[in-house]
Amino acid sequence: MNPPEAPLLAVRNLHTRFHTLDGVVNAVDGVDFEVYPGETLGLVGESGCGKSVTAFSILQLLRCPPAEIQGQVEFEGVDLLGLDKEAVRRIRGGGISMIFQEPMTSLNPVLKIGEQIAEGVRVHKKMTHRQSRRWAVEMLRMVRISSPGSRARQYPHKFSGGMRQRAMIAMALSCRPRLILADEPTTALDVTIQAQVMELMQELKKEFNTAIVLITHDLGVIAEMASRVVVMYAGKIVEEAPVREIFKDPRHPYTRGLLGSIPVIGRKAETGRRLQEIPGVVPSPMEAPPGCRFHPRCSEALALCSTQPPPVIRLTDNRCVRCWLEAGDNEKKTSDFV
Amino acid sequence: MTDASTESPRMTQPAATASRFRRQWAKLKRNKAALVGGVLILVFVLTALLAPVLYRGNPSAPNLMKSLEPPSLENPLGTDELGRSILGRIIYGARVSLLIAVGVIAVGIILGIPLGLISGYYGGKVDFIIQRITDAMLAFPGFLLALALVAVLGIGLKNTMISIGISMVPIYIRLVRGCVLSVREEIYVEAARAVGTRDAVILIRHILPNVMVPITVQTTLGMGTAILFAAGLGFLGIGVQPPTPEWGAMLGSARNYLFHAPHVATFPGIAIFLAVLSFNLFGDGLRDALDPRFKL
Amino acid sequence: MALLEVEDLKKYFVVKRGFFSRNTGQVRAVDGVSFTLERGKTLGLVGESGCGKTTLGRCILRLIEPTAGRTVFNGTDLGQLEGGALRRMRAGFQIIFQDPFSSLDPRMNVGQIIAEPLRNHLKLSSSEMRSRVADLMEKVGLHPRQMVRYPHEFSGGQRQRIGIARALALNPLAIICDEPVSALDVSIQAQVINLLARLQEELNLSYLFIAHDLSVVEHISDRVAVMYLGRIVELASDEQLYRNPLHPYSRALLAAVPVPDPEIKKEKILLEGDMPSSLSPPSGCAFHTRCPVRKEICIEQAPVLQDVGDGHRVACHFA
Repeated sequence: MNPPEAPLLAVRNLHTRFHTLDGVVNAVDGVDFEVYPGETLGLVGESGCGKSVTAFSILQLLRCPPAEIQGQVEFEGVDLLGLDKEAVRRIRGGGISMIFQEPMTSLNPVLKIGEQIAEGVRVHKKMTHRQSRRWAVEMLRMVRISSPGSRARQYPHKFSGGMRQRAMIAMALSCRPRLILADEPTTALDVTIQAQVMELMQELKKEFNTAIVLITHDLGVIAEMASRVVVMYAGKIVEEAPVREIFKDPRHPYTRGLLGSIPVIGRKAETGRRLQEIPGVVPSPMEAPPGCRFHPRCSEALALCSTQPPPVIRLTDNRCVRCWLEAGDNEKKTSDFV
Repeated sequence: MTDASTESPRMTQPAATASRFRRQWAKLKRNKAALVGGVLILVFVLTALLAPVLYRGNPSAPNLMKSLEPPSLENPLGTDELGRSILGRIIYGARVSLLIAVGVIAVGIILGIPLGLISGYYGGKVDFIIQRITDAMLAFPGFLLALALVAVLGIGLKNTMISIGISMVPIYIRLVRGCVLSVREEIYVEAARAVGTRDAVILIRHILPNVMVPITVQTTLGMGTAILFAAGLGFLGIGVQPPTPEWGAMLGSARNYLFHAPHVATFPGIAIFLAVLSFNLFGDGLRDALDPRFKL
Repeated sequence: MALLEVEDLKKYFVVKRGFFSRNTGQVRAVDGVSFTLERGKTLGLVGESGCGKTTLGRCILRLIEPTAGRTVFNGTDLGQLEGGALRRMRAGFQIIFQDPFSSLDPRMNVGQIIAEPLRNHLKLSSSEMRSRVADLMEKVGLHPRQMVRYPHEFSGGQRQRIGIARALALNPLAIICDEPVSALDVSIQAQVINLLARLQEELNLSYLFIAHDLSVVEHISDRVAVMYLGRIVELASDEQLYRNPLHPYSRALLAAVPVPDPEIKKEKILLEGDMPSSLSPPSGCAFHTRCPVRKEICIEQAPVLQDVGDGHRVACHFA
């Protein structure tokens, strides 16, 4: 199923550290993945796993210092981390745009919605004021906001949560980016509104063939939207697979644990009242356990897991997992000599 | 079954209490102005406490033979119109200033904090009445208010403290009320009510400790203001009375010799300046350090 | 007899505007809610933000004064209680809050937090107090050694356990759980849900479980009520409600929940628009502005919550 084309975005060995008073925090610790044109890649994990920091690092939206970003982020063949500020600014909003979790705080409360959309277009598409304003209204219509003309002249507080998120999507799409980084785009919304926004994102994606990196903790959202999934734990990718396979046959114990710990409607009869739980808590990024970072919470951990960091095992063309349980005897042996 | 056994303490970030203090201390240390202020305050307080050690003579005993002498080895800062050592009077004056500052803050806190707590927590009519009185008091410039109170209460050390203290009460009321209004809405306050905690206990155990940070900052800044106001009253001759060495009063009596013996006015002036400055610098630094929103 | 009976409970907030504070409107946060809760059972209360479910929980405990209605808990009419009696009642009827970060006083250590209800209601020596607190901590899966730590040293899930221990301190009969797991990560959420389920079995507790997550509510509840704009629109056993939802809103809500299984492609019922403001609720059935099956009558007449058989109650003209 792997698309044959060249990847749109290739993240190679990305490291993001924060230097704080309490020490160095390795928020993202050697992350590799690709995004192909037109696909939706789900980035799943619990809070503190580094999924949002990954997105912010791609667009260099972190203040450096305290943050320090290393590695390669190739977008259409160009390493973004090597570009100067001006060039990165042109990519932001133009080639890659971002949708944030909190529709309340990511819009400027003292600017009219239309003006906020028009602003970005003027910068990236070199339009006149009049053109850009008309474009903004068009964008609002596209995200199914009724009477977009008058809505464009309103301030964000007149918009409900769902409408704000639509406006954010309009803003993100206004320069026709090839890639959208969506950081928990529906988490702050109610279920019925979430369903509307997810539907809208699916339709727009089909229409413009935009690739999406969907960052979320909600496996339900992933199942409905993503085509491929990357699971992160404590700053590292632990599993990568097409969406059907990851739900049918999760190979990393953490992925299995996550899937087992969510209640699913209609399955109470089979599972009983107890949910499967992952014991313990996510380790603090400052004190990552040695070996496999998941081993203190893993029910299947081997002796090896607590000392040796597991290798990435490629299972098929498009599946890999970072776990000793999947490693052959050869790999285990060689690691003894390391 | 549960994670108690599997959860090692390593995962729960030990010594985070220490880390909060450390973080605040680090922020304070980076603020050079605050450090200077802190050192000056230390000098000021030590001077006040160790006055009899630092100056062995009697700062109030006149010696007319040595009137208005310029700085010399014997009297490093010179002498005043009555021949008293200015250095000695400044050192003992620090005691008076510190005493007044502490007294003023005590009055401000004892009246201001309870009124602010009540006003903010209960709201309604009580709040309305307290707030209108506060508004009226704040309509006067603070010094003018203190001046008027002295006129009512009479002059002297104790009345100086009470007058300036009362002029600071509305500031505390406002500050505490504002903080209480936001802390009152915190869920842990609701949680305390839900387990049947009495209002008085909620105010003292939950609300007061959580408004201590702004009170601490205000108190530091208020010490500076108190010293300045006391000096002002002393300068006008209605504060602390001679022969008690008081910086403002020293400045006041030096007025007449400003031209032929400027040192008599200069040194007490510098003392007031440094004392007030130190509290202001330190207070500002403290505010930044204790404010969690103000990151490094 | 039911442990908790809520009858026609209402809470209207008066909205004041302008300099002269004229009353210009009412927000009907809770608008005539009735239900019962049995001993040892869980009633789930679902609805989207702004439906009044959180206000309802607070009104039952009188943390907010209700405008009208009757609440009878264990034979006592809570509306009649004042001062000390109200405080004593709260010993038997507790609440767990959503936000594990703001529901614990940051300046108290865990021992003090859990001991607070004990100190309010019992006269214990400090060693008795300590052993009671230690027992409670063990009951919720915390180590008594952590008694002297402060809330910020704990993760979200552990903080929620502290909140649960505080609620259990006085051996309550019932607990209102106000979105107890919605601020937690998935893997931690499961731990807390399991803990609540275990405590219910051990202590025969009743829960009023308020949440917006329909799958969590299904998992823990025996009966479920769906709220929309301050009213209950449907109330049924969890099986009936999830297998056979009768109110169009319940149906849409259930259809909107994303299923964590890419093989299942279920039919979506997309609702139009947003929930109307409770400042000016629509006439007739409050849901008619978004309802896919509305008719004339829905605009004119508000439907009543009626039993349609087997204790399945629904407020819709067409159910």
